[in-house]
Amino acid sequence: MTENTKIIENATCTFCGCVCDDMILTVDLDEKKIIKSKNACVLGRAWFAEHTIEEDAPAAMIDGKEVSIEEAIEEAAQTLTKAKFPITYGLSDTTCEAQRQAVAITDRIKGNIDTTTSVCHGPSGLAFQGVGESTSTLGEVKNRADLVIYWGGNPAESHPRHFGRYAVTPKGMFTPRGKKDRTVVLVDVRKTKSSPVADILIRPKPGKDFEVLWALRALVKGKKLSDDIEERTGVPLAVLQDLSDRMKNCRFGVLFFGMGLTMTRGRHFNSGALLALATDLNEFTHFVAKPVRGHGNVTGADNVVSWQTGYPFGVNFSRGYPRFNPGEFTTVDTLANAHADAAMIIASDPASNFPKKAIQHLKSIPIVVLDTKCTETSKDAHVAFRTSTYGINTTGTVYRMDDVPITLRPAFESPFPDDETILKGINKRVNELMLAKHYASGASGEVKVAAPV
Amino acid sequence: MSAAMRIVNGKVYDPANNIDGKIKEICIQDGKIVDSVPEDATVIDAQGMVIMPGGVDIHCHIAGPKVNAARKLQPEDHRHDVHPGTPFTRSGTGGTVPSTFATGYRYATLGYTTAMEAAVTPIGARHTLEEFHDTPVIDKGFYVLLGENIFLQNLLREKRMEEFNEAVAWWINATKAYTVKLVNPGGDEPWKGKKNSNVSDIDEQTDEGLTPRQIIEAFIKSVDKQGFPHPPHIHCNNLGHSGNYITTLETMKTAGDMRAHIAHIQFHSYGGELGKNPVSKAAEIVDYVDNHPNITCDVGQVMFGKSTIMTADAPLAYVLKGHSKGKWVNADTECESGCGILPFNYQEHIYMHTLQWAIGLEIFLMAKDPWRVILSTDHPNGGSFMNYPKLIKLLMDKAFRHEEMKRVNQKALENCSLRDLDREFTLNEIAIITRAGPARALGLKNKGHLGVGADADITIYDEMDDKEMMFNAPRYVIKSGKTIIGNHEFITDFIGKLLHITPEYDKKIEEVVQPFFESYYSIEFSNYAVDDSYLHDHEIIATGKASS
Repeated sequence: MTENTKIIENATCTFCGCVCDDMILTVDLDEKKIIKSKNACVLGRAWFAEHTIEEDAPAAMIDGKEVSIEEAIEEAAQTLTKAKFPITYGLSDTTCEAQRQAVAITDRIKGNIDTTTSVCHGPSGLAFQGVGESTSTLGEVKNRADLVIYWGGNPAESHPRHFGRYAVTPKGMFTPRGKKDRTVVLVDVRKTKSSPVADILIRPKPGKDFEVLWALRALVKGKKLSDDIEERTGVPLAVLQDLSDRMKNCRFGVLFFGMGLTMTRGRHFNSGALLALATDLNEFTHFVAKPVRGHGNVTGADNVVSWQTGYPFGVNFSRGYPRFNPGEFTTVDTLANAHADAAMIIASDPASNFPKKAIQHLKSIPIVVLDTKCTETSKDAHVAFRTSTYGINTTGTVYRMDDVPITLRPAFESPFPDDETILKGINKRVNELMLAKHYASGASGEVKVAAPV
Repeated sequence: MSAAMRIVNGKVYDPANNIDGKIKEICIQDGKIVDSVPEDATVIDAQGMVIMPGGVDIHCHIAGPKVNAARKLQPEDHRHDVHPGTPFTRSGTGGTVPSTFATGYRYATLGYTTAMEAAVTPIGARHTLEEFHDTPVIDKGFYVLLGENIFLQNLLREKRMEEFNEAVAWWINATKAYTVKLVNPGGDEPWKGKKNSNVSDIDEQTDEGLTPRQIIEAFIKSVDKQGFPHPPHIHCNNLGHSGNYITTLETMKTAGDMRAHIAHIQFHSYGGELGKNPVSKAAEIVDYVDNHPNITCDVGQVMFGKSTIMTADAPLAYVLKGHSKGKWVNADTECESGCGILPFNYQEHIYMHTLQWAIGLEIFLMAKDPWRVILSTDHPNGGSFMNYPKLIKLLMDKAFRHEEMKRVNQKALENCSLRDLDREFTLNEIAIITRAGPARALGLKNKGHLGVGADADITIYDEMDDKEMMFNAPRYVIKSGKTIIGNHEFITDFIGKLLHITPEYDKKIEEVVQPFFESYYSIEFSNYAVDDSYLHDHEIIATGKASS
């Protein structure tokens, strides 16, 4: 360790959707490394500690050969404007500023834009469109919640500070004794590292979440359940009745839910049933629900794509305006159905985690990749940009899982440009190319780039 | 494009400068209106056209967390109303809650060049500013929700009024807001903390030891003392409830002779018994407003058809959910606000909806001083801002109004005096309620008029008998001296600027605020205030006590 260190206070960890903004980072400026991250959880510590910069890596490559950033921007713009069905995907691990540019590019080239939401809480987004949602910021949970229910998730391992910072142990305005003022319920098909935190542990049969939620809705409304409910769901009637009573009689209840609910049999029906249950409970008391989101800025991606297009993900511009159709315009589908003929992948690695058929097609089309590191996807990229890491090297805005926006405080500089800078360059060039096409067709008008700076 | 422009031969309506339909030359240079321009300036021939300042919307909901939730909630609202891009403009979707780009362009296509978002939580200010950055053409600002702020209420209860004033100013600066917004004062804590209950009377003492009236009075005094260009923007208690006009009158009386703005006053002008169908009390409300020059209001006209309810008045949204039975969003913001959202539909055959429609029109038509009774639909609560041209026709064209009255619930018309009102607004009066009036109420000295030094935000309409058609399609829209729409087509893009205020405060107040934050907020104090990188183009409007 050298003497040349600096401390960054109130930095933000973008590893997961908790987006904790109380990090105290000690940075070794010579080594360009974060050597200490006070307040971070085990995941956050690894996120900061393992962040190293491969100074020698090329900032831009075309077909594996190093080129200047300008050449790569030109090639990316050419590739995207020539394509008939270009797709943009990823976006959940970059800033809102970069996301805004990505939507702008996709709009201009009449492409298709989708985020990792389509493979995580997409069903919750659809359920939201169906039934709405009673929800709150995490500070309200800290201040008020006396009944906290986790459903289909294992925050102890996926979001380690969710318990301590927001929902279980913190002392709030009307919960001065912290955990003593709360009842914690965990509903999950298996025992996990999260189980010990629960006062009540409920283990339904796998794939029976919908049935349990529907049964609870019935009980809350005072309806009788059939006697075979335990046989069907694995949960005894008395346990369901007890939970229903607790939910109706608490002062402020919250239902957090994870991918154990959204990505198992039933999907958006499961999310919808849970959101409807929380809504129903407002007849008796104050009750909210909240998906526990994964990626650092997946909530920002939902927000940016929504405010620019009206829809949260799975959006297609091929007709010159946004259309929404999950199952058609979601990325797994545009690839597996072999619709896409070029792809821009930003801060995501679909080549390592998509279904085989989708990966096969992805590998057959030209790809433009922006990533902070070499990935399975970038290995096959036609144009690859290496960019700096948000929250560590780059400022910008991220949205916490409860839609609270936070400005990042970078720790040290990267030799690589950030996503926004590259995307701005591509956006500018794409605009020029599209306007040239417009004028070539004999049209007129003043040349003025619309994209705001 | 030359920065200089001359508009000739047009009929000018500029009520702030007492110009009522006179043929007059308008000269523009460097984004401002000037006395004269060089010979070689671009000329627009406005023969047969009407020239007005760009429209100013004093109360709408167009950006920020609740608006975006409403967008996400309603794919069905967007699908039937797409907004294609052009080579110069971005695409988007419409409906009652359009995407940001569509919002800006559509305001422009009505000749509006300024719009104020009427309710933003402090913690959502950053989000709102990001959306503003993607809302083209128009200048915009927002009112920040401080009435239900627990920290401020604590100071108020402890009668620490100096610190209260300092903290209000700090919050305005921390969020880049334009003024203070109060919504259903005192109603947040019963909703969130007491099993979805509410306050029902302006003098009801809440468990927190405050009455709505005390909250209202404190903010009116604070803003008056600090000289904000626009007074507290107040959404009174009991919105929508029969008999609520008493609360509205009491709220206005609380202001004494200090300034106050009553938002969407139509929704607060109902007589009758609670729980029963209301009757109109438009006459009583208009009478008070007319006789108290310290009061301004916007009407919040209801227009039949699809709307979206979005409000910080969460208990109200829950009541409406009981009627609509459809999807509903509730969103609580820690220490700051509640929020409710739901799709809604105003229908001619329903007594309540017709009465609301009629009361709004009555308020417009009865008001003796149009300068302080401003056109709004509380977009998208009473209906989309895209209804403004139709609303203008209802006000200007008595025959059309009477035709429309045949299609609505007749019983409701019996409980108001709309049938007896023969007034027809003139173009000059329309220019007052859509331009000059709101600009004056907002304290925007460079908006809403065409005098030398004003911002060159100008709309040129073809003069037509059908006023709906006329106000739906300006031939030219000029924003900050740039021609955005020429011959009905977008010819360039423009981003507009943020309008905000920076009242002076003593930095020491941060030491008082910070401990509260550390205990009760879930983000760090130093990450809360919005920094200048979120401003894009902006203009600081002077306060009585402007800070540097």
